Amino acid sequence: MLIIKDLHAKVEGKEILRGINLTINAGEVHAIMGPNGSGKSTLANVLAGNTSFEVTKGEVTFNGRDLLAMPADVRAKEGLFLSFQYPVEIPGVSMINFLKTAVNESRKYHQLKELSAGDFLKLMREKKELVQIDSQLTNRSVNEGFSGGEKKKNEIFQMAMLEPKLAILDETDSGLDIDALRIVANGVNLLKRPENATIVVTHYQRLLDYIVPDVVHVLYKGQIVKTAGKDLVLELEEKGYDWIKKELGE
Amino acid sequence: MNENRSFETAEARLGQLYQDNKEQIGKGFPAFMQHEREKALAAFLRMGIPDRKTENYKYTDLTKLFENDSFDRAFQPTSFDFDMREVFTCDVPEFDTHLLFHVNGWYYPGNQTTDFPKGMIICSLKQAMMQYPDLVASHYGRMADSESDPIVALNSLFAIDGIFLYIPDNVLIEKPIQVINLLRSEEDLYVTQRNLVVVGKNARVKLMFCDHTLSIHSYIANYLTEVHLLEDAVADIYGTQNQHNGTAHLNGLFIRQERNSGLITNTISLHGGITRNNILVDFAGENAEAGLYGLSLTDRDQLNDNFISVNHNQPGCRSNQIYKNVLDDNSSGGFTGRIHVMPGAKKTEAYQRNNSVLLTKAARMNTKPQLVIDNDDVKCSHGATVGQINEEALFYLQTRGIPEKEARLMLMFAFAHEVLANIRVEPLRQSIDRLINKRLRGEVSRCHNCKLECIR
Repeated sequence: MLIIKDLHAKVEGKEILRGINLTINAGEVHAIMGPNGSGKSTLANVLAGNTSFEVTKGEVTFNGRDLLAMPADVRAKEGLFLSFQYPVEIPGVSMINFLKTAVNESRKYHQLKELSAGDFLKLMREKKELVQIDSQLTNRSVNEGFSGGEKKKNEIFQMAMLEPKLAILDETDSGLDIDALRIVANGVNLLKRPENATIVVTHYQRLLDYIVPDVVHVLYKGQIVKTAGKDLVLELEEKGYDWIKKELGE
Repeated sequence: MNENRSFETAEARLGQLYQDNKEQIGKGFPAFMQHEREKALAAFLRMGIPDRKTENYKYTDLTKLFENDSFDRAFQPTSFDFDMREVFTCDVPEFDTHLLFHVNGWYYPGNQTTDFPKGMIICSLKQAMMQYPDLVASHYGRMADSESDPIVALNSLFAIDGIFLYIPDNVLIEKPIQVINLLRSEEDLYVTQRNLVVVGKNARVKLMFCDHTLSIHSYIANYLTEVHLLEDAVADIYGTQNQHNGTAHLNGLFIRQERNSGLITNTISLHGGITRNNILVDFAGENAEAGLYGLSLTDRDQLNDNFISVNHNQPGCRSNQIYKNVLDDNSSGGFTGRIHVMPGAKKTEAYQRNNSVLLTKAARMNTKPQLVIDNDDVKCSHGATVGQINEEALFYLQTRGIPEKEARLMLMFAFAHEVLANIRVEPLRQSIDRLINKRLRGEVSRCHNCKLECIR
């Protein structure tokens, strides 16, 4: 589904990604772990099409198509979803108008008829129940005044509405208490399909207790330095990232 | 028009224009008006046309505009050979209003005023001067001080017509009164319009002024409205300014508020070459409240300058100013927000904010808060931001599949929303929402299906 070859990217002149290679197949859950500043969020943002990062080398194909050639909105419509580490507050843009525009832009792209107001509200109700988001939140402006937990739940709710093929969860566990974490993880698991894939970007093991990965990668200084099965999570938790650094001879 | 006589200055030319037409201008007016005009003339000649050195007009240099003496001045009403209602219909759906017209500053004689409550007066200013001289004299010129501003002086000098509106005590006018000010001429025209509104004790009215141009000629429109809100009166005053680029709109709205009165004013500047709004609220009684809101959208070489003053002379009054500007292309904007809290005006609450979005590098915005607080028992705040579209929010919307262009529009619309939310007439709010949307999309926001469409 996603093939990344020798991806380099920089921001403000500084190279953050220094040759990433990664292949993700349908049905898989990949965890990308690593210490702060290793380039995890940069990778998530580059894949989503954030133009503040400059790709200097490498290629990414998504379902056989050149991902890097697409603007951010087309990537989304092709089925890529980024759950933000820090979801943006947008005062004045109502959740309903925002989601309706997003859903219908995607439907237009796939040459489907736009949803009627009634069908849209019905869809929203179903998905709200699925991810257990407070029904009041959808009456407000996008993320405005939401608590940390509400913002993250709102990300998963949007994911449920947009039904992506590949979801990238960027530090979705940060700032969540254990109950919110469980609700968010549960939402992700419920949305899992054999034809979809998930990348869980995280610093800690916590979230991976709930979303069990098939493959775990360790990102360090802009490169994937270790790839293994889910047991790697436990090993990292026990030994810390210093262990990786030692293995690399630092 | 000047008859081949040359003058050293535009001021001298305008002064002479008055002298030459004095009789025509003053015909039929009560004696006090003569006095008002003489006072205005002296004040105008003393202050002169505002230029960059005029502190209150530092963002709007009017000297160039007035250098041009090709503008015709109509001291007699434009004659009509058509029915205004056929030419112009407001297409705001389900919008039931009392519809009144001005053409080139003159109160349209075809206005129908039969379905208003008893005791209410609604007529041309000139007629009111003749029929109710005492009522008019006790309110006229009290708020718009010729000594304070040359553009006010100029209006008072040439004021002949406009609307006079008197709402008796305890009368509630449910339906909004919509005043449509049209400019339509066969040559470049200078227009003076003078309105006077008196809202009686515990009376309630919603007023809308819609400003339009119906022909491609250049206009200078000097409109001035004085409003008196008596005790416990409540008024909504909305303005939509939608004129072509060849229009300089010098607009004054001067409001006096007595005890416990409430005001909302919302000025939506959709389109216009030069638009200057002088808005003044004077609290003359305790516990009065005023919400002053404005939204301006400019592009090309347009200029919009809002000059707002609120005088807290009395204790316990509340005011809130929120003005927003969206500036595209080479356009520029100005905002001056004055709050003056006088000694003794305890428990004053006065807030002010100006937020602007610049869409290009060439667009400019000047913003200046002026707070004078001569009292310590007050809550005051002011804030100003000038920025670009929030790039993070833009990216966020795009990652949900919304194309960049659409996402930008959503954000601009969201920016404008806070001002529009304060329009308390729902069909009007929805209609302005639609106009703003069209305007932001770069489509001509024509809010009427007039047959004399002009795009300039």
